[in-house]
Amino acid sequence: MGLLRRIVTLGRRARMEREIDAELHEHMQMCIDDNVAGGMSRKAAEREARLRFGSPVAARERVSEEDAALGIESLWRDVQMALRGFVKSPGFSIVVVATLALGIGANTAVFELLDAVRLRSLPVSKPAELAELRIAGGNHGFGINQGAFMYFTIPMWQEVKDHHEPFSGVFAWRTSDILIGAANESRRVNGLEVSGGFFSALGVAPWQGRLIEPQDDATCQLTKVVASYGFWKSQMGSVPISANSTIVVEGKTLPVVGVSPPGFFGMEVGNQFDLAYPTCTPPKPRRDMFVYSVIGRLKPGWSMKQASDYLSALSPGIFERTAPSGYSAEAIKGFKNFRLEAHSAEGGVSYLREQYSSSLNLLLAITGLVLLIASANLANLMLARSSRRQREVAIRMALGATRARLLRQMLIESALLAFSGAGLGVALAQPLSKALVASLDTTGNSIHLAITIDWRVLLFAAGVGVATCVVCGTVPAFRSSKTEPVSSMRSGERGLVGNRERFWVQRAMVITQVAVSMVLLVGALLFVRSYRNLATMNPGFRASGIVLGYFGFGHLHMKQENLPVFKRQLVEDVRALPGIENATATNNAPLSGGSWGHTVDVGELNGASKFSYVSPTYFATLNIPILKGRGFTEHDTSDTPYVLIVNQAFVKQYIRSSSPIGQHVHVRPEQDYPERTYEIVGTIPDTKYGDLREDPPPAAFVPAAQVPVTGQRPGMTMMIAARDASGVERTIRQFFEQKYPGINMQFANFEQGIRDGLVGDRLMAMLSGAFGMLAALLVVIGLYGVLSYFLSQCRGEIGIRLALGATRGRVIGESLMGALRMLGIGLIVGALLTLLAGKEASTMVYGLKPWDPPTLIAAAGLLAVVTVVTSLAPALKAANVNPIETLRAD
Amino acid sequence: MAKNDLQGALDLLILKTLSQLSSMHGYGIVNHIRRVSDELLIVEEGSLYPALHRMEQNGLVRSKWAITNYGRKAKWYSLTRVGKEQLAAREENWQQVAKGVDAILRFA
Repeated sequence: MGLLRRIVTLGRRARMEREIDAELHEHMQMCIDDNVAGGMSRKAAEREARLRFGSPVAARERVSEEDAALGIESLWRDVQMALRGFVKSPGFSIVVVATLALGIGANTAVFELLDAVRLRSLPVSKPAELAELRIAGGNHGFGINQGAFMYFTIPMWQEVKDHHEPFSGVFAWRTSDILIGAANESRRVNGLEVSGGFFSALGVAPWQGRLIEPQDDATCQLTKVVASYGFWKSQMGSVPISANSTIVVEGKTLPVVGVSPPGFFGMEVGNQFDLAYPTCTPPKPRRDMFVYSVIGRLKPGWSMKQASDYLSALSPGIFERTAPSGYSAEAIKGFKNFRLEAHSAEGGVSYLREQYSSSLNLLLAITGLVLLIASANLANLMLARSSRRQREVAIRMALGATRARLLRQMLIESALLAFSGAGLGVALAQPLSKALVASLDTTGNSIHLAITIDWRVLLFAAGVGVATCVVCGTVPAFRSSKTEPVSSMRSGERGLVGNRERFWVQRAMVITQVAVSMVLLVGALLFVRSYRNLATMNPGFRASGIVLGYFGFGHLHMKQENLPVFKRQLVEDVRALPGIENATATNNAPLSGGSWGHTVDVGELNGASKFSYVSPTYFATLNIPILKGRGFTEHDTSDTPYVLIVNQAFVKQYIRSSSPIGQHVHVRPEQDYPERTYEIVGTIPDTKYGDLREDPPPAAFVPAAQVPVTGQRPGMTMMIAARDASGVERTIRQFFEQKYPGINMQFANFEQGIRDGLVGDRLMAMLSGAFGMLAALLVVIGLYGVLSYFLSQCRGEIGIRLALGATRGRVIGESLMGALRMLGIGLIVGALLTLLAGKEASTMVYGLKPWDPPTLIAAAGLLAVVTVVTSLAPALKAANVNPIETLRAD
Repeated sequence: MAKNDLQGALDLLILKTLSQLSSMHGYGIVNHIRRVSDELLIVEEGSLYPALHRMEQNGLVRSKWAITNYGRKAKWYSLTRVGKEQLAAREENWQQVAKGVDAILRFA
C-alpha cells in the first residue's frame, strides 16, 4: 500500500513539497503564536522560532528525503543536472569521454582477442567432455613430425580406436593444405582430414546434406568432401547441396556431400577449415610418422584423471605393438617408454594460443596501465573542476544540501562519464580487435577468429568502467564534500590557499603517471629494439631475392633410382633460365619452419646434428663462404666416397682434433636412411637454422646426389636466387608447364617468409611503442593541467611575492623545481617498477636484458625533456602575472 | 533479543502520543511529549517531520488538513489500524530494550 502511494506520488514532487512547506510554515506560526501569548514581542517571537527551526529549505529537504519516490525523482534530477553541466563545458566532457573511450577501447580490444584465443570453448555440444590424447612430455622429436599437436602415428591411432573404454567416441584429425580447381588455376585451401567419428563425437549436425561418417573411413581414395559454411557461401555461391554438387580437388572431380554449420571452424582456434575429407589409411602406414591429433569425448562418470590413468596403463601394450623398425635399440626403447595421457580439449587446440598467449597477456597489462594513466588524468581534471566549483558546493551546503547528496551528485557525474566512455570503448574495441588480428595475418597463414562481443567482454568493459569511475570520481567527490562552507565561500576562487598540502593528491597522481609511463616507455623501447635486432640480423646467408620453389612430380611415376638425375636436371633447367642468378636443391630451407636431423657418432662423441642434402650450388646461391677445405662438385655422387661439409657449431661440439678436415662422421640408421660414414671435406660459418632467436645448432651438409635411394621422394625444394624475385615464378611456370606437363609447382618469397616469422615481435614493437607514446602524451596533458591548476590557485601568492620584490626568474625556477621534484620521484619509482616487471618480459625480447641501462636512460631522458617543456608554459604564464591586477582582484 | 534499536524510540513516542490524543498536529505532538515528560524529552522539529512523513508513507498514520482551536490550519495525524498494531508490538519491544539497558547499567 505504501509502495503504491509512493508510485502514485512519483512526479508530484511540487505538490508534495508545497504541502510539506505549508505544514512546516504552520508549525512555525503556532510556535510564534504561543510565544506571543507567553508575553514575547512579535518580532522576538519570530526570531526565536526561526532560530529553533533552522533553515526551512533544509528542513523540507530532510522530510522529502524520507520519501522513496522523491528519492528516485531526485536521482533523475541529479542526472539531468550533471548532463546540463556537461553541455555547459563541452571541451571538458569531450576530452574525458574520448580519453576513456580510447583507454577502455584498447583494453577491451585486447581482451576480446584474449577471449577468442584463450577463454572461449569450442562451438560444439558439451565441450568440457572433450579430451586430447597426448604422449606425456611429447615424443622428444622421435621420427618424423608433421606439426604441432600431432601426437599419433597411424598405427597408434588404430590401437586407440580399438581401446577407448573411457570415451564414448574418439576421432583423429589433422589440418593439411589441399589443392582445388583445375590444374592451371589451382590454389591451396585449408583442408581438414578427419576420421569417421569426428562430427558425431563432436555433436556437430550437418547444415546441409551429410557430414563425414564412420563408413567413409573404408577407402583410401579421396572420394568425397564436406564444405565449411564459409567456403560453401563464398566459393560455391550458397547453391543448395545436391547430387550434382562437385569440386575439383587435387585434380579429381569429387562430390560435395554436405555443409557444416556456421560457426564451426574445426578443432584449431584461429584456423578456419574450408574442406573436410576422410582420413586415408594406407595398407602399410609408416610407424615413425606422427600425423594425427586424437580427441575423445569422455563417457559420463569418467574424469580426465581416470581417463589418463586408463591410457597410461594401456600404453606399454600400445607402444610395444606400434614400435617402428630401422631405429637404434636405444631409440626404440625410448619409444616403448612413451605414455599416453588425456588433457582437456574444451577450447580446442591452438597454435595462436601457444604462440601469442604471453604477448596478449602483456598487451592487456600494457593497455591496463595506459588506462590507469588516463584515469589519473581524469581524476585530476575532475579534482580541478570540483575545486573550481567549490563556491557552488559551499552555497548548496549552506542552503541545506547534505554531504551525502553532494557526494551522490559527484559520483553520478563520474559514473555518467565513465559509462559513456565505456560504451564508446566497446564500440571502438571491435574494429581495433579486428585490426589487431589483421596485423597478425601473414602471407602464408591467415587467421580466422570469431571476434564477438560476448558476456565476458561486456562484463570486462563494465568492470573497467566501474573501476575507472571509482578511481576518477571518488577522490574528488570526497574531497569537495569535506569542504567547510564558510571558509571556502570566503576563499573560493580567490587564490587564497591556506596550505599547499592540499595538493598532495594531485602530486601523487602525477608521480604515479610518470612512474607508470616510465615502465611503459622502457617496455616499448625494449620491444622496438628487440624487433630491430631480429629484423636487421644477418642470418649468415643471403635472404633477399631468394624464391622458394616446391615441385611435385608424383604423377610421372618414376623409379626411385632415377629421381636423383631428374632432380639435378630440374636445377640445371632453372639455372639456365633468363634472369636467374643461381639455384640449388635442398631438403630443407632454413628459417622456413622445417627441420631435418640425424644422430651422429664422431669418435667418442655422439649427439644430434641437423642434416641438409643440397646441390653443389647451395653455398654460392646463398652467399655462404667455404672457410676450410672444399665445396661440393658435380663429381660427388653416390658412387664416390660420402662427403660432408659442417658448420662451426658442429666443429665446436664434435671435433676434438686440430683440423676437422678428413674426420669421419658416423650417422646412425633410421627408416629409409641406412647407417653411413661420411668424411668431412669442408667447413662453413654458422648460419641460422630454425629460428632467428636460436643460436645456430650443429649442422652438416651432404651432396643431394648422395641421398640414399630409399630416401628419394618424387618432390623437391629449390632455392632460387634472382635479382628480381617477382618475375621468377612466371618464368619457371611457363618453362616447366611446357617441358614437364602436369608438374605441381608452388612458390614463396624466402625473405617474406622470414619476416612473417617475426610478426609477433613486430606486433609487440608496434603496439607497445604506440601505447608508450600514448602514455607519454597523457602524462604531458596531465602534468600541464595540474601545473596550470596549481599556479592559477597560487596567483595571489605569486602576485604578492612579485610585489615584494621576487624576481620572475625565481618564480619560474620555483615552479619548475616543483615539477622536477615530481618527475624525479616518478622516475625512481618507475625504474624500480621496471625492475620488477622486467622478469616477465625478458623471455620475449631478443638480445637485450630487461635491466638495460641505455634503455632506462633513454626513457627517463624522454620523460624529463617532456616534463620540462610541459612545465615551462604554465611557469612562464605564472611569472607574467601582473601583481597589481592580482592583488586588486582579491 | 529485542528487535529494533533505541532509534525506534521517537517512532514509539509519536505513536503513543497519537494513541492517547487520538488525533493531533505536529506542533501539538511536540508539546504533548514535552509536557507529559516534564520537559525531559524535547523532540526536535528536524526529526519529527521526517519521522511523521515516513510513518505516513508506511501506512502507520493517516493525515488530514483541519483547523486548530486557535484558528490555524494544520495537518492532523491519527493512527491507522496498522499503526495501532505496530504500537502494541513496539511497546512490548521497548520494555525488553529498557530492561536490557537497565540490566547493563546495574551491572557492577
